[in-house]
Amino acid sequence: MLLHVEDLNIEFHDHIVPETVVYDFDLDMEEGEIVGLVGESGSGKSMSALAIAGLLSRHDAKKRGQILFEGTDILGCPRETLRGLQGDEISMVFQEPMTSLNPVKKIGWQVEEAMRIHTKATPEERKRRALEVLSHVDLDDPERVYNSYPHQLSGGMRQRVMIAAAMINTPKLLIADEPTTALDVTVQAEIVKLLKHINKKHNTAILFISHDLSLVRQLCGRVLVMKGGYVVESGNTEEIFNNPKEDYTKHLIDSIPKVNLDE
Amino acid sequence: MKRAFKDFNFTLGLILTAIVLIPAIIGIFWTPYSTETMDNAMKMAGASLSHPFGCDNFGRDILSRVMAGTGTTLIIGLGTVFIGTLIGTIIGAFTGYYGGLVDDIFMRFNDVMFSFPSLLLALVFVAIMGSGRIQLLIALGIAFIPSYVRIVRAEYVRARNLDYVKSASLAGASDLRIMFVHILPNIVKVLINSILIGFNNAVLAEAGLSFLGIGVQPPVASLGRMLSDAQTYLFNAPGMALAPGLTLIVMVLGISLLGKSKVITDR
Repeated sequence: MLLHVEDLNIEFHDHIVPETVVYDFDLDMEEGEIVGLVGESGSGKSMSALAIAGLLSRHDAKKRGQILFEGTDILGCPRETLRGLQGDEISMVFQEPMTSLNPVKKIGWQVEEAMRIHTKATPEERKRRALEVLSHVDLDDPERVYNSYPHQLSGGMRQRVMIAAAMINTPKLLIADEPTTALDVTVQAEIVKLLKHINKKHNTAILFISHDLSLVRQLCGRVLVMKGGYVVESGNTEEIFNNPKEDYTKHLIDSIPKVNLDE
Repeated sequence: MKRAFKDFNFTLGLILTAIVLIPAIIGIFWTPYSTETMDNAMKMAGASLSHPFGCDNFGRDILSRVMAGTGTTLIIGLGTVFIGTLIGTIIGAFTGYYGGLVDDIFMRFNDVMFSFPSLLLALVFVAIMGSGRIQLLIALGIAFIPSYVRIVRAEYVRARNLDYVKSASLAGASDLRIMFVHILPNIVKVLINSILIGFNNAVLAEAGLSFLGIGVQPPVASLGRMLSDAQTYLFNAPGMALAPGLTLIVMVLGISLLGKSKVITDR
C-alpha cells in the first residue's frame, strides 16, 4: 500500500464559526495506480490533495484522521520528515502554470530545486538530469528552455516544466491538481498523454484531480466523486461512467458537452 | 544600455550623481588643501582661482571640505541604509512569512516606533549613545528600520500564498530557503526603490542632525556640519553655505531621478 487515507476531516478556523470542508475522506492507492478525484469547485478535492501532500499549514486548518504514506504519518510526523518526503517521494503539479513558477528564476534552476535539496549531486549532474527530464516531457529544445525565464514560455510549456520539476527525483506519488484546467483543449490532451506515459515508465502513482470527466475517463482506472466535502461515489471508472448510482454523478456525466460534427 | 540613456530621468540622474560622486571619491584620497588647517589671512575669502569656492570662517578651503564632507555624508547615508535594510528585511521577512502572534507583537511595537518621526528617533539614540560619526550612523540606521520592516513585511504577506512558494515548499525547501532564496529576489525591485528613497532621507537626516549640532562633530567635515557652521556667517560669507547646500541638492536630486527612472523601476 502506497497511500492510505482514513477518515480525513479538514476544518478551517479562520472565521468565527469553524467550517468543515472535507468529511470522512477515505482513499487507498497502490504503487503505479492512477486515481481520479472529480467534483465541482469547492467540493473539497484540492483541500484533500493539499493535506495528502502535507501542504496545509498547521495553524490554518485542523485535520483529523490518518494519512499514511508508505507507513509515514503525514499529519503527525515532524516537519523535517515531511520535508524529506516532499519533492522526493511526493510531488505535486498545480492548476495555474502561470503563477506556479518563480518569475525571477531561470527554468533550469527551478527544475533542479528538488534535486538540490534532496541529493548531493554536483551541478553538472543536476544539469544533465534537468535536461533529461525536460526532454522527457516533450519539450523540443531543452537547452533553450533550461536557460529561459517563465515569462518566455507558453502556458502549455510551463505546465510541462512543472511536471518535469515534479518528476526530477522520480517520486512514487504525483498529485496533479487540475493540471489541465488553465490550458486549451489540444494541450490538455497532450498533458494527459504525458502523465499516462510517466505512469507507465516510472510506475509513479498519480492522483489526478479534475472537474473534466472526459479526461478522467481517459486516464484513470479508479475514480472518486466528491460533493460538498463528502465522497459520494467511488469505484472503477468505467462502471461509474456506465451506470452511476448517485444523482450527482449522473448530473456530472450529463454535463459533459457532447460535440457531434456530423449533424 | 543604449535605450537606458534615452530615458531622461536616468541620464540626468546619472549625470547629477556623477557630478557629486566623482569629487567625493577623489576627496577620500586627495583634497587640494587640508580640510583642517586654518589660515587667518584667508578668513572668509571669496571665490578665487586658488580657492574656487572661497574659504570659511577659519580660512579653510571650502572646496576641500565639500569634497571630504560629501564622503562623510555618503558613508553615513550608505551605512544607514545598510543597517535599516538588512535588519528591516530580516524582521519583515520573518513576521510577514510566519504571521500569527509573533507578527502581531512585532508589528504593534513597530507601529509605536513608526509613530515617532525617524529624525526624532535618531535624536533619542544620539542622546543615549553620544554624538559622532559612528554613533550617528547607527542611530539613523535603527531609526530607519521600522519603515523597511513595513515594506518588506507587506511583500512577504503577499508572496507567502503564491503558487510558486507552494511549489518551493513542496520541493522540500526549508522556510529559510523559501524566504531568502525564493521570495527575496522577487521583492528586490521594491527594495531598490525604498533603498534609494531611504538613502536620500538619511543624507538629509545627517545634514539635519549635524545642523542641530548633535551629528558629526567639528573639525570633521560633513555637508550638514558645514551648513550649520555657515549659518552664523550667512550674510558675511554666503559662499560658505552655498557650496555644501548646492552639493546636497544636486546629490539628492540625482539619486531621486535615478530612483524614478524606468531602468530601475521596470526591472
